[in-house]
Amino acid sequence: MTEKQHITIKGVKEGLVFLLDDRCEFSALLDELHYKLEKTHQQLLSGPLIHVHVKLGSRETTEDEKDRIKSVLRQRGNLLVQSIQSEAEQVSAANSNKQEMKVMSGIIRSGQVVTHDGSLLLLGDLHPGGSIICTGDIYVMGTLAGMAHAGAEGNADAIIASSLLRPTQLRIAEVISRPPEEWMTGDAAMEYAFLQEGIMQVDKTTQLFRMRKDPIVYKGV
Amino acid sequence: MGDAIVVTSGKGGVGKTTTSANLGTALALLGKKVCMVDTDIGLRNLDVVMGLENRIVYDLVDVAEGRCRLQQALVKDKRFEELYMLPAAQTKDKHDVSPEQVRDMILELKKDFDFVIIDCPAGIEQGFRNAIAGADRAIVVTTPENAAVRDADRVIGLLEQSQVASKLVINRIRPSMLKTGDMLDIDEVCQVLAIDLLGIVPDDEKVIKSANAGEPTVMDPSSRAAIAYRNIARRILGDMVPLMPLEDKTGMLKRFRKFLGIG
Repeated sequence: MTEKQHITIKGVKEGLVFLLDDRCEFSALLDELHYKLEKTHQQLLSGPLIHVHVKLGSRETTEDEKDRIKSVLRQRGNLLVQSIQSEAEQVSAANSNKQEMKVMSGIIRSGQVVTHDGSLLLLGDLHPGGSIICTGDIYVMGTLAGMAHAGAEGNADAIIASSLLRPTQLRIAEVISRPPEEWMTGDAAMEYAFLQEGIMQVDKTTQLFRMRKDPIVYKGV
Repeated sequence: MGDAIVVTSGKGGVGKTTTSANLGTALALLGKKVCMVDTDIGLRNLDVVMGLENRIVYDLVDVAEGRCRLQQALVKDKRFEELYMLPAAQTKDKHDVSPEQVRDMILELKKDFDFVIIDCPAGIEQGFRNAIAGADRAIVVTTPENAAVRDADRVIGLLEQSQVASKLVINRIRPSMLKTGDMLDIDEVCQVLAIDLLGIVPDDEKVIKSANAGEPTVMDPSSRAAIAYRNIARRILGDMVPLMPLEDKTGMLKRFRKFLGIG
């Protein structure tokens, strides 16, 4: 039928595994599935009840498309679809953990809340009464005077850095801290807050290399 | 087509109604056709400050509910030919009108007037939403106190969301307290709120006196607050007017002493 096979059927201990190619058209895949079930693999696919696992590779599919695969397989009474797996979902889940950096500019005023999954760079001020909540780091190029919560889902390595750190409250992961009782340097330098053994600390941003050091590649020296 | 300006603040008692009354009157003084709209339904004061309480027949809710025409509800000022006021209802509630109804009224008023000044109630609930519904721009009134500045910040954020540009008026400034540093600095307030400053108004006992008499302060040119409001009105019309000095002119000797650091 086709020059290249898009579907590989493997027998395993639990039953059959359908490996579907992830680069061809979805409709071609369905056609070939039909063809295989009807024509070429008739003997193999008739008889006792067989459990089937479908692997989609890195193809991204909708629920609707998954249902269509299922319904094709169900046409053969003896095939019982156990699972439909896609690596794409696992990959995208892993990507979101990688924390994308979002850059936004503006003023976050009292009563306004900015939430972001990942790290956030704000070009502007965070006013008292306003909040930023991020699962990653928070960087504010401006005055941070409101509430900032970094590592909101428990990442204790997250930091909060600002041109001028004058917060009403800072939170990293589960730790809540407020100046000036706990810390306040009064310097006009760029500072960042981080957790050290579960306690909020503030230091100049130039000291950040002590906890995070990215390799620097010198060129042309 | 006129210009609808809402006067708002978030916090109560900072001088929204006083500012509305005085700006409305000052604009009328400059020859503009002005209508003031009181949207503080249930707690109306604009009529009291303007001294027009006893002339009210219909109100804003009557117009909204179709008991009268808009023109019938307008109260003409006793001092100016071209100054009108649309009073709020005292016996009703803020939920008795919708933002759409207010917007329609403001649109209609804008056809007949150069300026429509909308006096907003305190708070950020229904009354606030009603007041800003028809506004083209906003004047945010604050006093140099942390609580008022914080509320102003919140209101500016809400106005930005509704795409209403706002300018700042800092009310009730006490020069003596500024000097000792006990009051928030004007620059400090402007820096925090990050919007254009439209004017500053010094604290003046005459404001209370004239409000009680039902006479807007702007009518009294000897009052410093009156001059401040007149300046703001001129800035609304697009004139470049410098901020008034808060202190009376200091003498030569005093300045010389200050220069030497012994003053």
